[in-house]
Amino acid sequence: MSLDKATVARIARLARLEVPDDQLETVAGELGHILAFVEQLNEVNTQGVAPMTAVVEMGLRLRADKVTEGGDPEKVLANAPERAGDYFVVPKVVE
Amino acid sequence: MSLDPASLTIASARDGLKAKQFSAAELAEAAIGAMQAARPLNAVLVETPDRARADAKRADQRLAKGEAGALEGIPLAIKDLFCTEGVETTAGSKILKGFKPTYESTVTANLWREGAVMLGKVNMDEFAMGSSNETSAYGNVENPWRRPGDNRPLVPGGSSGGSAAAVSAGFCLGATGTDTGGSIRQPAGFTGIVGLKPTYGRCSRWGIVAFASSLDQAGPMTRSVRDAAIMLGAMAGFDPKDSTSVDLPVPNYEASVGQSVKGLRIGVPKEYRLDGMPAEIETLWQQGIAWLKEAGCEIVDVSLPHTKYALPAYYIVAPAEASSNLARYDGVRFGHRAAGAKGINELYAKTRGEGFGPEVRRRVLIGTYVLSAGYYDAYYIKAQQVRTLILRDFEKVFGEVDALLAPTAPSAAFPIGDKADDPISMYLNDVFTVPVNLAGLPGMSVPAGLSADGLPLGLQLIGKAFDEATLFRVGAAVEKAANFTARPKPWWRA
Repeated sequence: MSLDKATVARIARLARLEVPDDQLETVAGELGHILAFVEQLNEVNTQGVAPMTAVVEMGLRLRADKVTEGGDPEKVLANAPERAGDYFVVPKVVE
Repeated sequence: MSLDPASLTIASARDGLKAKQFSAAELAEAAIGAMQAARPLNAVLVETPDRARADAKRADQRLAKGEAGALEGIPLAIKDLFCTEGVETTAGSKILKGFKPTYESTVTANLWREGAVMLGKVNMDEFAMGSSNETSAYGNVENPWRRPGDNRPLVPGGSSGGSAAAVSAGFCLGATGTDTGGSIRQPAGFTGIVGLKPTYGRCSRWGIVAFASSLDQAGPMTRSVRDAAIMLGAMAGFDPKDSTSVDLPVPNYEASVGQSVKGLRIGVPKEYRLDGMPAEIETLWQQGIAWLKEAGCEIVDVSLPHTKYALPAYYIVAPAEASSNLARYDGVRFGHRAAGAKGINELYAKTRGEGFGPEVRRRVLIGTYVLSAGYYDAYYIKAQQVRTLILRDFEKVFGEVDALLAPTAPSAAFPIGDKADDPISMYLNDVFTVPVNLAGLPGMSVPAGLSADGLPLGLQLIGKAFDEATLFRVGAAVEKAANFTARPKPWWRA
């Protein structure tokens, strides 16, 4: 399985992860190598096999619908690269 | 010259503290000194000597009052994947540089509750993605072991390479690790220590930086099987904050250490015998089989037919989960933020492009690809189906045996740089450990011998789900028979 540069650029856009143009070729090669390795799975007959959802069978627990923690904006914002009041700041999204 | 933490185990330090041979403060001071002397290993990212002294002071007070916890006064190193309140937690990544959590992971909170002393945060592969500690944004960790007459630096294994180096070098008595595909067991094998990955759900994942959520599990790395039992007892337990944490009582693991293994049935999986595997790995495995036979175990040849598909399935499932878990690093709420981005999408892309190293980038891209429209069934569903088959293989053999014996890794530690250019050859390090994660089972590496060039080799025991107790029982028998007393020469003190 080989990938072309356009495909890598598309995946990178989906992942919101910048890959410089001059690295697309190398990354395409690396990813193609890994995809070729995982192709082995096609040898396995998985007809009618349920995909695994959990290694240990357990139901999801429910808890009372009550606030258990929160209400501490200073803790939430403590590591923010940029803040204004109790808000995270991002570049302008709407003109 | 006084106390040397390298000469102690958790169990012997516990006895020494109770008998007042030394105080927790003295032990902490000795550990801090040894940690600082071991800086050439680059095992520690953040040293927390003041915190260690304060913890030790409190431990001495509790010891005096007879209120000692299971790890009272025991100096530990914490893998940098565990969030520690107010102490920088980077997961070995540039993207989390400077991040100081405002909360404490459940596992570390459990350790402090039992009186443990924090020495520092230790180095690791970036986001736990690696098998040699060479993907850390903060530099390689060097294995305390070197080949006799050869000064080339060796990898400590990964991703818990800093933890393994710290325990092996001896400046702490134990360290936390995490294991997604072998990240506790393989570095334990490479550095001659004990490492245990518990059953999925045994230890809470809350507050541990997530890599692949259906595979990640925290566990102890120590210098003896008994120490691993003591430490796991403190780490484990039900946590309502982790929806996959299991609400089962934590057994007294230490009580299993030293129990007879007579009559236990030990399976030897034939598929773990690989073409091209070094003869010394096979020899060590046969030695392990002989030891357990002598101890009264019955050896049973078993088959796990889907073993060879575990690694390819893992390299779909783990990157897929990683690509969604790592979506949170976007430069908005914490961590690195790229400068000068125009618009929110450019902010995300630049921040992540600058913040992630090459291996993390590779895995995020692979994960995004296998989850993308048109490929999801062919890759992700297929891998999860294969995972079901791998689990069924194990369930079938655990109908006839109590535990499995296999090598930990297909080689001893290798020189830094040797495999850095070939991701697939690096991935093959985990060929014996990955199936255990895919099936959620407990696995333990016990140091069992030295390679021809004088480096430690581990044997791996694999148990039934939630049957860590049997692993401690069999692991202690292997440990006793192996009598592995070799230690690395402390060249870093020179």
